[in-house]
Amino acid sequence: MIEHKIGGEMLKVENISLSFGIMKVLDDISFDIKRGEIRSIIGPNGAGKSSMLNVINGFYHPQQGSITFKGETRKQMAPHVAASHGIARTFQNIALFKGMSTLDNIMTGRNLKMKTNLFWQALHIGPARTEELENREAAERIIDFLDIQAIRKKPVGKLPYGLQKRVELGRALAAEPELLLLDEPMAGMNSEEKEDMCRFVLDVNSEFGTTIALIEHDMAVVMDLSDRVLVLDYGKQLADGLPDEVRNNQTVIDAYLGIPHEQD
Amino acid sequence: MIFFIEVVLSGLMAGVMYSLVALGFVLIFKASGIFNFAQGVMALFAALTLVGLMEKFGMPIWLAIIGTIAVMIALAWAIERFMLRPLVNQEPIILFMATIGLAYVLEGMGDILWGSDVKMLDLGIPQGASDWMLDSFDIYIEKLEIFAAATAAVMVTFLAIFFQKTRIGRALRAVADDHQAALSVGISLNTIWVIVWSVAGIVALVAGIMWGSKSGVQFSLSLIALKALPVLILGGFTSVPGAIIGGMIIGVGEKVAEIYLGPIIGGAIENWFAYMLALAFLLFRPQGLFGERIIERV
Repeated sequence: MIEHKIGGEMLKVENISLSFGIMKVLDDISFDIKRGEIRSIIGPNGAGKSSMLNVINGFYHPQQGSITFKGETRKQMAPHVAASHGIARTFQNIALFKGMSTLDNIMTGRNLKMKTNLFWQALHIGPARTEELENREAAERIIDFLDIQAIRKKPVGKLPYGLQKRVELGRALAAEPELLLLDEPMAGMNSEEKEDMCRFVLDVNSEFGTTIALIEHDMAVVMDLSDRVLVLDYGKQLADGLPDEVRNNQTVIDAYLGIPHEQD
Repeated sequence: MIFFIEVVLSGLMAGVMYSLVALGFVLIFKASGIFNFAQGVMALFAALTLVGLMEKFGMPIWLAIIGTIAVMIALAWAIERFMLRPLVNQEPIILFMATIGLAYVLEGMGDILWGSDVKMLDLGIPQGASDWMLDSFDIYIEKLEIFAAATAAVMVTFLAIFFQKTRIGRALRAVADDHQAALSVGISLNTIWVIVWSVAGIVALVAGIMWGSKSGVQFSLSLIALKALPVLILGGFTSVPGAIIGGMIIGVGEKVAEIYLGPIIGGAIENWFAYMLALAFLLFRPQGLFGERIIERV
């Protein structure tokens, strides 16, 4: 495990319950994420991992519980409010803007960093132009960081899966988030691509100090990267602790680790 | 030969007038996947408002235009607030039905506010034949049509830069591509919808001015929307250049068919030729000339 500084509490969810009709997706979940850590959420398919991320960034509105982010407690957040407070994310099933180029996708990630109003934008002169150029530079830095210079101008819909995942990470990074939610960033990748992605996650965490919440099925990856691991099963909280504690927890072994998990 | 060129040119110019209407459809469809049935009525409503502001309130032209733009933006805001927001995440067909309702509301509102009589719209846009074209090439072209073509050119350049090069343009395209992903990067759907309906409203105003100057501001103005349909099928629902070129093809096709094919099969082709052309396109190239091919990796 790489050493890095872990600070105080950044996000705290308390007693979150979420149901769709009669289906209870999350049942009384409480945990926290500390500044600077890599926090993994694991569990079998349908455990509620993605739903948890969706609650954090405001796609789902839980019926009960509260979310405290950077000291402010809310019942729920609108997605664009979450984004403007520094939460960025990637999706399990890649959600890129398929018709747009890699560069444009990443520039879209800088949406909130750009402030000029419609008037200047419409004329495309003055402050709007300067701002466009500045943000273009920031986007290029991310392209360099992720080593995707060659596909800068390509429409992302035509890229292979592994690269699309990388562009999606780039779009999230472009927002310079404080909290980055990664939903299975390595699903469907070969071992080489997985290694690359692991390196990016670690670099983002150590170089930019970004706090990361990670959903991943590959246990080797999870145990290597994570500072702490939360285990969910059928919407219930099964365990929470250091990787080693979780690995040796009998309930977790019975419910999840013991059975060979599916490769996505 | 000169006669043929004249036919083609006047077809092109008439086509640009169709394009102006089609453009409004494309904008809204691109950004929200909604086919806005009310686009034609919006053009009528904008033209009515413009004439009303000039006649009833005695505003000078420039003030009336600014006033109408303000009304169209207010309308976009109201549409977002009272129609789109409650219907968010509904099927496209439901939103389409809502726009049919919107068409009736706007039609009624236009009548109540400004009366239902035919109005003349005189903004001082030059009328009649272009003498210069007549003298030097012996070709008859309406000045208004040249003016409309120039306006369309300016507007399309403006829109192309706006869509491709600016943050808000990118946000518009992002919303069109994937709602969830757009939300996750902090784009507010509500704001985007107000912007795109405002822009479509302004485009409707331009179309309303051109058509209103040509044939008076009256209810039939809203029916030009029907002519925009084949234009959209030809050009593709998602392409701004497609709307322009589609309009020109329809315009030229109609005129050429009427004059050269008309006498052979008994005339009055102009009214249905565009729809036949659209039908042929639907059979062989359903995404239109410039529509986005659906890219899917399996």
